[in-house]
Amino acid sequence: MINWGNFISQCFNGLVLGALLALISSGLTIIYGTLGVLNLAHGAMFMLGGYAGWVAYTYTGSFIAAVIAGSLFVMLVGVVVERVIIRYFYARPHEDQLLVTFGLGIVFVEAVRFFFGSLSKAVPPPPSLVGITNLGFMFYPTYRIALLGIVAIALLALYFVLYRTRIGMIVRAGIEDSVMVDSLGIDVYKVFMLVFGIGAMAAGFAGIVNAPVVSIAPDVGEAILVQTFVVVVIGGVGSFPGAVLGGLIAGEIISITSMFNPGYAYVMLFVAMTLVLVLRPYGLLGTAGRE
Amino acid sequence: MTSSNDKSDNNGLSRRRVLQAGAGLMGSSMLMPGFMVPVFAADKPPIGTWPAGSQGDTVNVAAAVPRTGTYAVQGEDELKGWQLAVEHINNGDPLMKKIAPKVTKGLLGKKVNLLVADSGAKPNQAVQEIQTFINQNKIILMTGSTSSAVAVALNKFAQREKVLYVTGISGSNDTTGKDCVRYGFRQNFYGETAANAIGPVLVKNFGKNRKAAFMTPDYTYGHTVTKSVSDYLIQNAGWTMVTNQVSPLGTQDFSQYLTNIANSGAEFIVNVNWGRDAVLSTQQAKQFGLIPKMKLVIPYQIPFLAKEVGPELTEGVYAATDFWWTLEDKYPLAKMFVESFNKKFGYRPEWGANNSYMSFAIWARMVSEAGSFYPPDVIKQYEKGETFDSTVGEVHFRPEDHQLVRPVIIVRGKAPKDMRNKEDYWEVLEVVPGAPLMQKPDAFGCKLGDYT
Repeated sequence: MINWGNFISQCFNGLVLGALLALISSGLTIIYGTLGVLNLAHGAMFMLGGYAGWVAYTYTGSFIAAVIAGSLFVMLVGVVVERVIIRYFYARPHEDQLLVTFGLGIVFVEAVRFFFGSLSKAVPPPPSLVGITNLGFMFYPTYRIALLGIVAIALLALYFVLYRTRIGMIVRAGIEDSVMVDSLGIDVYKVFMLVFGIGAMAAGFAGIVNAPVVSIAPDVGEAILVQTFVVVVIGGVGSFPGAVLGGLIAGEIISITSMFNPGYAYVMLFVAMTLVLVLRPYGLLGTAGRE
Repeated sequence: MTSSNDKSDNNGLSRRRVLQAGAGLMGSSMLMPGFMVPVFAADKPPIGTWPAGSQGDTVNVAAAVPRTGTYAVQGEDELKGWQLAVEHINNGDPLMKKIAPKVTKGLLGKKVNLLVADSGAKPNQAVQEIQTFINQNKIILMTGSTSSAVAVALNKFAQREKVLYVTGISGSNDTTGKDCVRYGFRQNFYGETAANAIGPVLVKNFGKNRKAAFMTPDYTYGHTVTKSVSDYLIQNAGWTMVTNQVSPLGTQDFSQYLTNIANSGAEFIVNVNWGRDAVLSTQQAKQFGLIPKMKLVIPYQIPFLAKEVGPELTEGVYAATDFWWTLEDKYPLAKMFVESFNKKFGYRPEWGANNSYMSFAIWARMVSEAGSFYPPDVIKQYEKGETFDSTVGEVHFRPEDHQLVRPVIIVRGKAPKDMRNKEDYWEVLEVVPGAPLMQKPDAFGCKLGDYT
């Protein structure tokens, strides 16, 4: 289906797809940039957000309540996990951090499978966003269009916290040099806990706002995690704007490639990642030497 | 339990093994008067896990089945079918005896023990797990697969290890086609029979020269089913495949594929995706407004699809399947199976569970009829092609490719208001006899390989 109509449709679809990837990736990149911990449980946290939201939705019937519950629950999980487990791994080798977060991810997924089973659960979008909208070049699900706005607001809020508040300044300073921040008398551990909580919340929020698009199941985070890593690598490890840019690029690559040959959509994503790694090893907006 | 390096002993010929084999053979020949056994024990040298695996009072069988990932829901259902079959073999259940009359309590006087591992529908994982079961537990039968990629891998592995394999769910033409093996057997329907069963129904109901978009998972099952179905519709009714959207197994967001379909001018979506991929792609096609604008067709039924997407979405949808529980009105064995299963697990089984149950029951039949666990004897029993009763009427194995000749069931999704109970999603329209649906045994390049 190579024609202009489809090209415009796919460009738009890539934007929506990319926005969502950007949101999930931003949480991952903030945590990695600040704490140096590659959180392999990020996909599981995305999934937890969906389930916490689904439970809230089942009891209240309100989508807003679901979004709040999904975000706050995963933030709480993030804070507890950081305080109880992750904190003891900052000084340990990266392999240990990968193993412990990978293990945490398995525990989350299997716990959810134990309680809720493998059958997928659907969270319907709010009634006002049900249905399809005529964009002129194609009919597009209304909720997906709204998702573009929802994600934009969430990313702006994250941006505001990171770049316009004192706490954000400390976090960004922590990304650059956590030892220096510590020696300035700031309780860097409190900041770390908060950062982990914010990163987890971004995953949880993404998990619940994504639920009306992709119905949730215990494994919903697994595939997302892989794509998120690709986004972070393309955008630049630890860079918040990089995650947003990487997400949008990934979305467009997947969408536009599939217009030519759907079988190569994800192949091209990895080709792009490889190209970035070869030509700009620190990612498009990353900085050399950042860990 | 024996150590893993015992495995090498199986392939070599030790004096002790020959004596054991000889004793076993003489024992079985005394039990089975008139049964042909070689005069010399050396004619049946140890092979695979035989005789080590069948010397105790228990024989082990193993399933590598997806309990996580895209096919987790279907895998759990399959597993229940195997569990019920093993229970029925061990207690000599009347249903089991209808299929395998010589089963008493246990098989040839031995209890059957089922070992299970989660394959995640990944071929390498499944092979590794079965290898462990062979080494440590001397399993005499392996099963598993909800993905044909796993079935094909285990086929090859079974032939190499000389341990029998009965497939779980596997819809690819290749499983009993170009990737068939002497040690592998398939009970269920597959791409070609699905296409030849549902094709005429589609043409009869929707006419000729229609435009269809296909959604295909990117592996052997998807490609062969899409080819069989599209070939039928194109060659027999002038349909056009306007687009074929190939997606990787485990895709979550189908929007880019659906965008292509939205711009393709298709009148039908033939969704070959399976498991969670089918659930998500169908739900998202609805979100995009493609359903009900385009008619959905399911050529290879997905257990629990209707339950997961809701009957509003499957209403009026035509599908080809292996088994549906309302066949209990037509076949006495189906009724017995559905009742036993429902009693044990609290829901009416889907076709995956029926397939697992039948594949084990048939294996029990073949072993008990052969009167031996010796793999070549069991294989030859399958290859006799005897007709026997099943949950879908009389069936038999085709010796040339080890495919069961069995009917394909055509169903149509019921409207929510017509459902008699909460599991009454599909109406059986037709039970299409199997033999005419099948390709010639060598048409897909099947070469079975050696017995020993």
